[in-house]
Amino acid sequence: MSGYINTLVFGIYPYIALAVLVLGTIIRYDREPYTWRSGSSQLLRRKQLIWGSVLFHVGVLVIFFGHLIGLLTPIAVFDAIGISHTAKQLLAIIAGGIAGVMAIVGATMLIHRRLFDARVRAASSNSDTAIIILLWIQLLLGLMTIPVSLGHLDGHEMVRFMTWAQGIFTFNPDAASYVAGASWVFKAHLFLGLTIFLLFPFTRLVHMLSVPVRYLWRPGYQVVRERNRREAPNRIPAE
Amino acid sequence: MSHLLDRLNFLAPTKTGTFSDGHGVTTNESRDWEDSYRARWQHDKIVRSTHGANCTGSCSWKIYVKGGIVTWETQQTDYPRTRPDLPNHEPRGCSRGASYSWYMYSANRVKHPLIRSRLLKLWRRERTLKTPVGAWAAIQEDPAKRSEYVRMRGLGGFVRATWDEVNEIIAAANAYTARRWGPDRVIGFSPIPAMSMVSYAAGSRYLSLLGGVCMSFYDWYCDLPPSSPMTWGEQTDVPESADWYNSGFLMLWGSNVPQTRTPDAHFYTEVRYKGAKSVVVSPDYSEAAKFSDMWLHPKQGTDAALAMAMGHVILREFHLDRQAEYFEDYCRRYTDMPMLVRLVKKDGNYVPERLVRASDFRDGLGEDNNPEWKTVAIDEKTGEVVAPQGSIGYRWGEQGKWNLEAKDGKGRDVELGMSLILDTDHDQIANVAFPYFGNREHDHFEGTDHDSVLVRSVPVRKLKLAEGETLVATVFDLFVANYGLDRGLEDSNSAKSFDDDLPYTPAWAEKITGVPREQIITVAREFAKNAEKTNGRSMVILGAGLNHWYHMDMNYRGIINLLVMCGCVGQSGGGWSHYVGQEKLRPQTGWLPLAFALDWGRPPRQMNSTSFFYAHTDQWRYETLQVDEILSPTAPEGPWDGTLIDYNIRAERMGWLPSAPQLKTNPLDIAKAAGEAKKEAKDYVAEELKSGRLHMSCEDPDDEANWPRNLFVWRSNLLGSSGKGHEYFLKHLLGTSHGVMGKDLGDEGRQRAKEAVWHDEAPEGKLDLLVTLDFRMSTTCVYSDIVLPTATWYEKNDLNTSDMHPFIHPLTSAADPAWDARSDWDIFKGIAKKFSEVAPEILGVEKDVVLVPILHDTPGELAQPLDVKDWKKGEAEPLPGKTMPAVAVVERDYPNLYNRFTALGPLMDKLGNGGKGISWNTEHEVDLLGRLNGVVNEDGPTKGRPRIETDIDATEVILSLAPETNGEVAVKAWEALSKNTGRDHTHLAVPKEDEKIRFRDVVSQPRKIISSPTWSGLESEKVCYNAGYTNVHELIPWRTITGRQQLYQDHLWMRAFGEAFCLYRPPIDTKTINPVIEAKSSGRPQVVLNFITPHQKWGIHSTYSDNQMMLTLNRGGPVVWISEVDAKKAGLVDNDWVEVFNVNGAIVARAVVSQRMKEGTIFMYHAQEKIVNTPGSQLTGQRGGIHNSVTRAITKPTHMIGGYAQQSYGFNYYGTVGSNRDEFVVVHKLDKVDWMEGPYKGPVSPNTEAAE
Repeated sequence: MSGYINTLVFGIYPYIALAVLVLGTIIRYDREPYTWRSGSSQLLRRKQLIWGSVLFHVGVLVIFFGHLIGLLTPIAVFDAIGISHTAKQLLAIIAGGIAGVMAIVGATMLIHRRLFDARVRAASSNSDTAIIILLWIQLLLGLMTIPVSLGHLDGHEMVRFMTWAQGIFTFNPDAASYVAGASWVFKAHLFLGLTIFLLFPFTRLVHMLSVPVRYLWRPGYQVVRERNRREAPNRIPAE
Repeated sequence: MSHLLDRLNFLAPTKTGTFSDGHGVTTNESRDWEDSYRARWQHDKIVRSTHGANCTGSCSWKIYVKGGIVTWETQQTDYPRTRPDLPNHEPRGCSRGASYSWYMYSANRVKHPLIRSRLLKLWRRERTLKTPVGAWAAIQEDPAKRSEYVRMRGLGGFVRATWDEVNEIIAAANAYTARRWGPDRVIGFSPIPAMSMVSYAAGSRYLSLLGGVCMSFYDWYCDLPPSSPMTWGEQTDVPESADWYNSGFLMLWGSNVPQTRTPDAHFYTEVRYKGAKSVVVSPDYSEAAKFSDMWLHPKQGTDAALAMAMGHVILREFHLDRQAEYFEDYCRRYTDMPMLVRLVKKDGNYVPERLVRASDFRDGLGEDNNPEWKTVAIDEKTGEVVAPQGSIGYRWGEQGKWNLEAKDGKGRDVELGMSLILDTDHDQIANVAFPYFGNREHDHFEGTDHDSVLVRSVPVRKLKLAEGETLVATVFDLFVANYGLDRGLEDSNSAKSFDDDLPYTPAWAEKITGVPREQIITVAREFAKNAEKTNGRSMVILGAGLNHWYHMDMNYRGIINLLVMCGCVGQSGGGWSHYVGQEKLRPQTGWLPLAFALDWGRPPRQMNSTSFFYAHTDQWRYETLQVDEILSPTAPEGPWDGTLIDYNIRAERMGWLPSAPQLKTNPLDIAKAAGEAKKEAKDYVAEELKSGRLHMSCEDPDDEANWPRNLFVWRSNLLGSSGKGHEYFLKHLLGTSHGVMGKDLGDEGRQRAKEAVWHDEAPEGKLDLLVTLDFRMSTTCVYSDIVLPTATWYEKNDLNTSDMHPFIHPLTSAADPAWDARSDWDIFKGIAKKFSEVAPEILGVEKDVVLVPILHDTPGELAQPLDVKDWKKGEAEPLPGKTMPAVAVVERDYPNLYNRFTALGPLMDKLGNGGKGISWNTEHEVDLLGRLNGVVNEDGPTKGRPRIETDIDATEVILSLAPETNGEVAVKAWEALSKNTGRDHTHLAVPKEDEKIRFRDVVSQPRKIISSPTWSGLESEKVCYNAGYTNVHELIPWRTITGRQQLYQDHLWMRAFGEAFCLYRPPIDTKTINPVIEAKSSGRPQVVLNFITPHQKWGIHSTYSDNQMMLTLNRGGPVVWISEVDAKKAGLVDNDWVEVFNVNGAIVARAVVSQRMKEGTIFMYHAQEKIVNTPGSQLTGQRGGIHNSVTRAITKPTHMIGGYAQQSYGFNYYGTVGSNRDEFVVVHKLDKVDWMEGPYKGPVSPNTEAAE
């Protein structure tokens, strides 16, 4: 029975979550473009926002890319460039730990602000409040894995997770079995992570996809957009 | 196709080039995102409409509609051009109008017909077995059932009902009331027709066909300056705002132009660039003060003293020491200054009495027609006494001599003498007594210790009159003496220098007003100098700030005197610019037949609201002002006893003021009784009144037979805005919980009325039914029994005009009325239809006996020439139309009321149309309307008559019949006037004879009106509209007793109350503080302040005061303003909640502590709704109150005068006014903010605490 649940949660659920993530995001982008926004409450109150937001975003970005690279890069690559499993595990613990603490401190400030500042609270939707709380729990769970990881610095647990993650993307039917024996903290962390993927298209998290990164390398100071010749004749100027 | 796919273009090059050395790039990336911004401002259509708020703006707006929903509005900018040397009018509008569309879909919109659930339950129970009238009778005739819903007014409990059901209830109530008590117990209150004239006319047409009463508003609002009818015989006529631009010297006196005339203020700014000098007189540092080159800030309420001192300076420097030629010529021709006044002995001195008339001479000066109405003067050429043309005696009974040519009645050229000062001109110097009121004690106003009677020397002549030798003086000589100017005649009460401590020198005024004498002298001198150099281009813009004091006439006449002595009235860029309500209904004469159903029956029933509400909200039972406090020390012998309501009763009895209800007996029964007695109704009524078998209702306002029973309120917020004595309304008229803290005169043991019957128990809840039509849930709606959802200003078709500009433009339906709403026209049409179905059960074709007061601009105004005689006291016989109200019989066809409502009646063909004393034939226009609107095809009494089905049909009736919008009628009207004056005036309209303005015309662009003789200004290529312009330039007399600008008011009551000449009178003592200041003291620090209620920045009256956008701009609810000094005394800081109270009631508001305020005053911007953010008062146990919770109307006897030329009654023209500025209040901090939220619990306990 426990095998069945394990397969369901870590073998099937990831596909459901990722499918909803991808399809939901596309549909939302097409059908509800006006809802595609970060929903910043900076206009309502700057207090706590700058520190909270910066700490949170920097922390979360480090963690996000750490997970992305750490989980999805084939272990052979690390072996080839000579990074030992132990070193990778330590790197993950130290870098992830620091970033995790930054993010959770920031998230705590943001949650406090969202719940206890009357103006911000009045302007918050349920999803706004729920998602930051879920992220906070996820960060906590992530930090709680550190003591467990310290117990097996050789990195074999870490390799299992990499295998699982890569197994999901390579449609390995046994992927779920790699995490069957992991600590409950890891399992909870994984499950919540997948759930956040699932909820992604329904929350303000979509703003991640619209980060104007191109601004970083955009040349010139003035952009002039050419007229779209096909559409122009249909426009009726406002009086 | 898909936003995502469209953006998957990473392989295509997006950059198409660079410029500016690579600092700029051009790209071809998608621009679809721009559409979202573009769509924000896209719309399906733009519709022209405006805002029917009483703000005088009358600004044309673009209303944007998107998907059938009104989305926003912006200012129109297509007004017709002005002249090359004049700035344009546009853009017109302000923040308030720009926020209007918020109302349409807000929570505060009245969306469905609402009714008090208790009333609906009663109705449905009775209606199951009874007819509509029977059901209503069953509720009304059982006191328990009646009080079940009456005492719940204002306490919530509304439910939705259908139109059919509420119309039936209203129709049944009206029919029952007409049969049981009389149709004049059905009352309607709606103000300011110019805001939306068809909507006004809808209700007033229904009421007039029914025999109900339309209530006045201009006087009740205290916007009517009685000084205007007194001086000019004109309700109010003022220059348009563009005429400010023609001025050389502008004074803003108690008017706050940028705040309250926002769309017009640009003309003020522009004329200052042109070089005009600007002086602003305002006790507080108002927004207008920034306009000034010099800001004078007199103590509030002492404006008359300031004006008198300025007049003193001008008379001294421009009329006495040196005679400015222009001024002297103007005064001789256009004022009563040359007229002769009788002097009579009193207490060893002489007192100015009435004007000498031709009839005083043995030969009547050869005048046979109305000699007692022709005033006389001395012809300087011959030295003889002559009766110059133009006086009111020439207006009626003969033709061709009513003009201002320098001729006497026999056509001889004359030059009237102004003064008898030269030794050769006078026979002696007389000691003439003038009253002085500046020594009366008042806790809060500075006085002086001069005598109450000031004796001054006046040159006089002895005339041989029929009665014997009589001393006479010219108005000018008396006028100058009244100003306390020494003319070398050696008397101790006249000043030789401006520094003398004598009334009315600048030195004296400095003491009273606090304005330094140098400033007074400078302003007066420059004002006059500019007028002399420019032939009268000095102007005073004044407003409610001065007119709301009890002695407003003194403030106003003081300023009018300045303008007249400098020849400014009737001259471009000069004159008296009294801007208050939007009183200018430009196409008035076209509108009157529609509005008062004059096409079916004349006369309509109209009532002056101040006297009505004073009596029927029982404010008279609490009267504290005694007659001897305002009586003149030089008053002639007379019955100056009784209380103020007694004077009103006498006035109604003598035909001076109207009455409503009129007679204690149902007027539908009187005609029958007269028929049975085989007498004419007027003789029957006169005889029965004399015998005491018939009573006038005014003598016993508390008897149930005399109560008003049904009240319609539409286009108005009577209880949230204009209802002076708000808490008395709640207590006596509505019969619900209230905050009155004072006792009535019976309990106080004070002097009681002599003429009015006293009931120890005052009635509470006189009204059977209160129906309000509104688009928003106002305070009045909250207190009503039935609330009807009306169309907003963007959902109906109507017309709008203003005194501030010469254009007529529409309200147009941009979207159909939302939810269950209907336009006012459709609502009253629906009620009329239901009434015609319901009424036949008890009403058929009836004869209705109507009492009409003696009316101005009719031959009847020559009623009581020399003396006041009361028939009730046996001093005269009751003669209808002469010594008592006229009596008319009007046929009411109740079963056909709806048919009459929707068709133009036959009296237009038979009697024609007209106004202000002239009339003309309208057959041509009726024919035109038949072709335009179509005629009634259905069989019945209206077959073949032009239709008035829709609101647009109704606008066409107005536009076709009015000279202002139909050039052909204008020519006819000028022809009619030409007959009276003997001078040809048609040249003023002939160039526009073919111009006919239709509704669709004004929808496409505002149109400038056509000059008409019912107004005193012109619209032409050469001049802006300016009041009195045709009097001065066409020599058309003013409609006063002398035909000239009347500076001396010679009626007995004017003399008795000391106001024959203008003088300074300190504010009255309303005695509202002492009874409560100890009893209700909380031990907290408190201050006593003068309660001033100016107009606000974030609303127009009560409209917008509940609009979220406007509330956001200020403090989101009611506020009062106090000075920093007073705040300190009362321990207040800015934004504290305060309680403001006196015996009349209490208010709760936040305090704005501001340097702007003058110490000793408190401002409460008037008409802030108590339905938004208003907590309860600890003192009254009621919700905070509106500004009128601490006021009570106090009437003034001089405003009741009638039957006397210009001082004859006219609807909204003359009558008592609801002043409220003399009021004082106690202010302290509110220690507990109680929001009084939660559902109603248990029965309402009568407000015993508050009444004790």
